[in-house]
Parts: sequence; C-alpha cells; structure tokens
Amino acid sequence: MSATASAKVEITHAVGLHARPSVKFTKLAKTFPASVEMALAEAGPWIDAKSIVKVMAAKAPKGTTLYLRASGDGGAEAVDALVALVTRDFDEVGEGEAHVRSA
Amino acid sequence: MSGAPDRVPHAKPALTFSGTAASPGYAEGPVRRLDTKASHYERKASPAEEAEALKAAIETSAERLAVLASRSAGEAADMLEFQMAMLADDSLFGPALDAVANGTAADEAWSAALRAEISGYETADDEYFRARAADLKDIRQQVLDVLGSAGSRDAPAGAILVGDDIAPTRFLATDWSHGGGIALTSGSSASHVAMLARSRGVPMVVGLGPLPADFDGVALLDAEHGRLLLGAEHEAAELFRTSADAFAAGRRKAEAHLHRPAVTADGTPVTMLVNVADPEDVDAIDIATCDGVGLMRTEFLFGKAGGLPDEETQYRAYRRVLEWAKGKPVTIRTVDAGGDKPVAGFTVEETNPFLGLRGIRLALARHDVFRIQIRALLRAAVHGNLKVMFPMIAVADEYQRAKAMFAEEAVRLTEIGIPFAMPPLGIMVEVPSVAVAPELFSDAAFFSIGSNDLTQYVMAAARDNASVAALNAVTNPAVLRLIAAVARFGRDNDIAVSLCGDAGGDPGAIPHLLKAGLRDLSVASAQLASAKAAVAAARV
Repeated sequence: MSATASAKVEITHAVGLHARPSVKFTKLAKTFPASVEMALAEAGPWIDAKSIVKVMAAKAPKGTTLYLRASGDGGAEAVDALVALVTRDFDEVGEGEAHVRSA
Repeated sequence: MSGAPDRVPHAKPALTFSGTAASPGYAEGPVRRLDTKASHYERKASPAEEAEALKAAIETSAERLAVLASRSAGEAADMLEFQMAMLADDSLFGPALDAVANGTAADEAWSAALRAEISGYETADDEYFRARAADLKDIRQQVLDVLGSAGSRDAPAGAILVGDDIAPTRFLATDWSHGGGIALTSGSSASHVAMLARSRGVPMVVGLGPLPADFDGVALLDAEHGRLLLGAEHEAAELFRTSADAFAAGRRKAEAHLHRPAVTADGTPVTMLVNVADPEDVDAIDIATCDGVGLMRTEFLFGKAGGLPDEETQYRAYRRVLEWAKGKPVTIRTVDAGGDKPVAGFTVEETNPFLGLRGIRLALARHDVFRIQIRALLRAAVHGNLKVMFPMIAVADEYQRAKAMFAEEAVRLTEIGIPFAMPPLGIMVEVPSVAVAPELFSDAAFFSIGSNDLTQYVMAAARDNASVAALNAVTNPAVLRLIAAVARFGRDNDIAVSLCGDAGGDPGAIPHLLKAGLRDLSVASAQLASAKAAVAAARV
C-alpha cells in the first residue's frame, strides 16, 4: 500500500546544506505525511529528512549528491518537491520564482 | 594569533593580549565575564517532575527566541529561526527525556544530549559547520538558564563582554547603544555573532588566548588591530584613545557621505558604482547607497573546484545581482582569466602571462567556454539592466568577433524558445592601444577604463612587484593624459566612459580623475563611503 519514491540531486548552493537551507528543507519535508529520508550515499546511512538536527549534522557541503527516498502518503510528491527545492538553490538566488520560463 | 601577555616591568601590571579583529572598532569599559554565572538547578522529586521541568524550560526558551525573532531581521532572524527549529526537534530533546526517565537530572540530561551534537560540529572540516557549535552551545545555555532560574543576562551599559565564546542570542539581547565590545579567548570570525557584530558596528576580537581569571577592572578593546589592553591606566591607553577618536571620526564622516549622492564641492554630480567580485558580496551593500554595479567580475565562477561553471550556475549568479540592483545598471565583465588569475583547465602556462593569452584573447581562443557564458548573460539580461564588457581588448577585430558571438547565441536561444535580451556591449580600456586610439573602437556601446592594467602597461611596472611599486602610479601625467583623452573622446561621441580600477576608490587619485574629465567611478564597496567623501571635497 505504501509506495516508495526515490531520487538523487546535487547540492549546488555555495555553502552546502547549511542553516538556512536546512530549515527550509526540513520545513518542506514536514508538510508531507510520508516518511522522508535522506542520505549522502546510496547505501546510506539514511536519516530523517524532517529533523533539522539530523540534516545539519550530515554537514553536506556544496557538490554533495543528496539521495532522497519516501514511503507512504504523498511520498512521490515529497521527493519531487525536495528535489525542486535543492535544484532551485533553496530559493537563495533571488526572491520569487526561480524557474526558467519558456517563451 | 593568540597570546602570552607581554609583561612590562611597571608599577601597575600592563597586560596586552593579541588576537584577530572580527569586527572593527574601539571600546573602553568594564569587563563583564560571560562564563562565571553557573546556574543552580534544584533536583526534582521524581523523573516525571524532572521531565516536566525540562519540557517547560524548552518551551520557555522557544518563546524567548520567538520574541527576539519578532524584533530581528535578516541574518539575525535566520539564525533565530534555525535555533527555534533545533529546539523543536525531538531528535534533540528525545534523548534527554529518555535519560530523565532513567533517573538523570533534567540539567545533566539536557547538557549530555547537547554535548554529543556540539562535539560533532567542533570536529567538522568545514569552518562554516564548525562555527555552528556556538549556536548549539547557545541553545544549551538558554535552556539551562531557564532550568536554573538564572537572572537577567543583561550586562552593564558599555561593558566589554569577555569569555571563551558568546552566544548569538546573548549578543541580540544586549543593548549596544551605549558602546561596549566583545573579547573572546577563542571564537571565530565566521560565527553568526561576528557577522552580527560587523553589521551592527560592535567591536569584536577573537582568538585572544587565555586571559587572567581574576581581572575585573576596565578594559580597552582595539578591534582595529585585534588587541585587548587590561587596565584603564595601561601605558598604551593614551595612544588607544587617540586611535579610537580617529577611527570614530573617520567612520562618522564616511557614514554621513554614504547615504548622500556624490557631488563635488563645486556642484558637479558624480556617478558612484560598486565593484562586485562574488554575488554574495551584494548582501552587504545597500543598493540605495550606489548608482549600480560598474564592474562585476566573473572569475569567481571559474576558480572553483569542480571545474568550469555550467550555464545554469552562471545564469543564477548574474540574475541574483541584477535582481538585487532593482533596475540600476549592472556591468558584467566577461571572464578575465590569465595574467595573475590562472584557472585550471582554462588558462595556459606562459613565461610572461601579463602579455599573453588573457582576457578576451583567451575567451576567443576557447569558444566552448565563452559561448556558455554568453548564453548565461543573454538569459540573465531579461532580469534587469545588464551591460556586458570585454576585458583586454587591444584591436577592434576582437570586439567585432565577440559581438558576433553574442548575435549567434541570440539566434540559437530564439530557435529553442528561451527568453533573452541583448545587452549593450562595451569594452575595457586597459591596453594602451585603445587609450591612444579610441576612435578605432567607436562602435562599442561604452568604455570602462581599467586603471590597474592601463597603469601597469603604460608604466611597464607590475602592480604586484614591490620593487617597482613607486612607478605604478595612476597619477603619472602620461596615464592621466590618456584617461583624459578617452574621457574627451567619449564626451564628443556620446560614448559613456567610466573607470573601475583601484584608483576610483583612492581618495588621493579621485581629484585627478575628476579633473581628467571622468564622472563615473566604480569602487570596492568598502571604499564607497570614503570615495564619496573625497568627491565631495574635490573641485573640478
């Protein structure tokens, strides 16, 4: 019944997964009912992506590949949303939308 | 960095300690210890009551943080939000509550849970993460203060706060309006507190090493040179006060000018732009204090580990600065590698790099790299008032070829339906061939004089060689005559001319540049205030 979703994404933010991005990341993860986990290697260790304490303790620098997986309700949406947040550099570039608009 | 006291045989022991200045300024005031007050916790009767006490203390701490956050903005608000998120995380208080259930006192359980997290940060390789240990210690102390019903954390007005390190919330809860400063035996200039201290102008020195534990008199904090003098009768006190007065006068004068438009003493307005080396620089600059960006360097993108930057990374960096500028002009210089700026995988080894394949020469030799930057610039141009300039132009053909590449990439973006805009394309005037014969470049949209390179090429004196430093002078009549000729040519032909070298921010050079006919100067943001002051004092 609980589908599993997974993805990987590279952190391009200048400092890495530091305080402000970690707050945004865990806040977003918490908006989904699914269990969401992240890891710095495909083999784990996997940590709770909703815990700021755990996410910060991972000390992921720029250039790290982040592995994400989620199971339960909204798992696929959670993974998609978190990948999008990392891809948008945690919206730290400028305010508002950071998508490339097509003509 | 750190220091044993320089003991001077004297009636009163005069103690001087040396560290690193983390936020410049001077302060004189009573020493207030940050670490003497051990809060006393009274054990409760049962594990259940211990758990209640801990939960209540965490809740009270979170409420206090929320109050501080409601009064804060920017960096401080982000830091407080981070601390609130940490406090609300059961990964932090869970292990403490488990220990309490097994009979440990609430304060010990909380300290132990935090100790494990703190040591994880203290051993981090990365300075940024290492500095977060201070945030965790802050969180620990806030809860312990509530548990122990510790009194007010306020220090007397104008106090020098002395300790191993200072908690960010302690900094925010302190009233700095009557002066005061921070002297730390360890600490880091990368900490949240150091950033806050710089933005509020609170003097701060870190890395002072062990200080006498029994000292409780007046201290003199020199956070311009990174020193702490203990004792108001210190033999260097007079010199300290003279330096402090000079520093305060300089800051007041500069601050007064920073928020005014730059106008000479005889009423001629001057456009003052800033130089930007990294998109993160702009966070510390108020766009209202300048007329835009006269030079945004792009080498920062190319010097990083992980190879040459892709289009998306460049696009985001350019867009960030354009959006920050809120419609004011931003002049981005295409990659100026080579010379004293080698880039792995891009520049070539040369015996005489300043006269070799650098600037536009290298970009034109490496179409693969240059085209990526051109596309990123074309796309970013949609988001603000972008101008693009080419470095090290020596002959008109280089400008024509670079311009043609912009046109080609614009066609490609049109074909694949990606929005873009064509920015005005100008050139740096730094090779003497351009300064001598500017009429050969009259189809460039604008000129920007690179005074560093122009001076070193005209004088044949490298700017990084101390033995010929005296020759490398922008105020040499030959250099000034070239600058004046370019300015005159621009005026006569409606081509904007600005200057973006170090000379633009040099108060000694500014009157000469204005007399040479320049009315647009781009300077390092740290020199903006003093450059405006120099303009205000000049007559043209």
